[in-house]
Amino acid sequence: MLRFAVRRTIATAITLVTISAVTFFLFFALPSDPALLACGKVCPPELLALVRRNLGLDQPVMAQFVAWLAGIFAGRDYPGLGYCPAPCLGYSFVNRAPVFETIMDRLPVTLSLTIGAAVIFLTFGVATGILAALRQGRPLDKVASVASLVGASVQIYFVGTLALYFLVYQGKLLPSPSYVPLTENPLGWATGLLLPWVVLAIIFTANYTRMTRSTMVENLSEDYVRTARAKGMPARTVILRFALRGTLIPIVTIFGVDLGTLIGGAIITETTFGLQGIGRLSVRAVTYSDLPTLMATVLVAAGAIVVMNAVVDALYAVIDPRVRLT
Amino acid sequence: MTIPTSTLDATAVTPLPEAVGRSPGQLMWLRFKRDRAGIGAAVIVLFFFLVAILAPVISMVYGKDPYTLYGQENPGLLNDFGYPVGANGGVSSQFWFGIEPGLGRDVFTQLVYGIRTSLLIAVVATVLTSLLGVVLGIVAGYAGGRVDSLIGRVIDIVLSFPAVLFTIAFMPVVENLFVRPDEQTPVWLRAVTLVIVLSAFGWAGLARLLRGQVLTLREREFVEAARVTGASPARVVFRELLPNLWTPILIQSTLLLPALVTAEAALSFLGVGMIEPIPDWGRMFLRGTEVYQNDITYLVFPGVALLVFVIAFNLLGDSVRDAFDPKIKR
Repeated sequence: MLRFAVRRTIATAITLVTISAVTFFLFFALPSDPALLACGKVCPPELLALVRRNLGLDQPVMAQFVAWLAGIFAGRDYPGLGYCPAPCLGYSFVNRAPVFETIMDRLPVTLSLTIGAAVIFLTFGVATGILAALRQGRPLDKVASVASLVGASVQIYFVGTLALYFLVYQGKLLPSPSYVPLTENPLGWATGLLLPWVVLAIIFTANYTRMTRSTMVENLSEDYVRTARAKGMPARTVILRFALRGTLIPIVTIFGVDLGTLIGGAIITETTFGLQGIGRLSVRAVTYSDLPTLMATVLVAAGAIVVMNAVVDALYAVIDPRVRLT
Repeated sequence: MTIPTSTLDATAVTPLPEAVGRSPGQLMWLRFKRDRAGIGAAVIVLFFFLVAILAPVISMVYGKDPYTLYGQENPGLLNDFGYPVGANGGVSSQFWFGIEPGLGRDVFTQLVYGIRTSLLIAVVATVLTSLLGVVLGIVAGYAGGRVDSLIGRVIDIVLSFPAVLFTIAFMPVVENLFVRPDEQTPVWLRAVTLVIVLSAFGWAGLARLLRGQVLTLREREFVEAARVTGASPARVVFRELLPNLWTPILIQSTLLLPALVTAEAALSFLGVGMIEPIPDWGRMFLRGTEVYQNDITYLVFPGVALLVFVIAFNLLGDSVRDAFDPKIKR
């Protein structure tokens, strides 16, 4: 277990540093002035001078990257701006704030969006998958398979906007999607995010229904399930404790990937519903050529993916005792 | 004996059907023909390709093109706010799918030409992605050792990349390398960039899959036999391994194409896809989401078209898989 943890941590760190480096160097591959880029499109001269001083542009690119990397662990001093404590992801001259603060400000939006939707699509997808597997070939199974085909093919900017039009704009059944902090007003939090949750769930549920159904069908014909049945166990126990356990591995795998991708930026979802999360932040960073913010969003996105992958691998051992972590 | 004698006689008399040798391809085709959903999907997919190829003909017969600003040239089509005067986005016998709000272009021809853009980019990207995935997957699996672990690491990193974000971020970078800030980005450059970016992030999944397949095939007797008899690595790869990999490659490519069509549309929706005035579905979505409160029709046509296309292609992919590999149950 310890060996696994150490190995995965090292591999994760290498991946993240590589991705950051690629982002950093590609941005500097621009034949234009990086200071102007980091400062953003609307840049007053005195700010530009400040940026030049703070980015250390007289240093080689490699040294700049190392300084950025070191800032994450040790904090960094920006002359004229003040000290940026660890974890310092840089200073955004566009937002005029340390990037870490902005990220922390936006992260709850993306997390609320992701986790709420994930709860819905995971429970709903797995439940319909189990039911479809138990009623193979019957109407429910057919409806589920058609629904999951359509769900998997639908685009969020299309259904999302249709839902906005019919449920919010025309029907006035739901309030316009917005983010209210959970701690401030739990009800407002839930109603504000309900529409994005449901739309995300429509799209993601399909995958889980399909996956659960096919693995469940396989597992139901396994010897150990038959043995459990023969021993006279109640159907509920056989299905939930025995067959479902075997279904969990592929589900956990795709769930990890989906969760990682969504946390890293539900860019299209946030754009469709106008939610100000990490995804919107990154698009805005690109629009304003805000390198420090862009670097941070790439790091958060990649970090979410690799961390989720590691968690999934660790979970395999919990679900299936035959899996050994090395 | 409970079997009636008559049936016994019948089986005894009828000669066994002559064994017909069928190639795997023929078998696959026979199985595919029996799959009605698959045939239906194939017809729809074919229809989309035909529309793409025949776009100029369709537009000529229909008598309009996707570039003319009909709404602005003919007063009375758009109101003062730039929205179509006619009901349902200006759908009429003249403008079958209505008029684009603002610019006043014809929606029908934009859709027809839009398939062209989407399919062209997606097909080229699919070919490139598959090629990259196949080569790197086979090399990793066959070479093993250091090469394998190096490619494996690259695959891991590519799969961890936040692809959409990265594409948005680096579309301007790539263009800055080739285009001066005061110049317009040429359409071909944007198309090439899109293809490169889509392929750069798409190959890793296929490569990982093929690597695994090659790893198991490599140890099989026929590969060993070929090696022992002195076959060159090229021969082993092309004559022994590749024929066994066609099935996963074809299945993955069929599933890859619709994924790339939607990816391209998503990028255009986010503003980094095809540029004006080239008709593009993704950009229609972008405009559609801007005007949906006043003209929902403009969003519905590309939305339904893309939905039908993706469903048909996904169904086709499933059928191809079933036909190739009847053992795999969906």
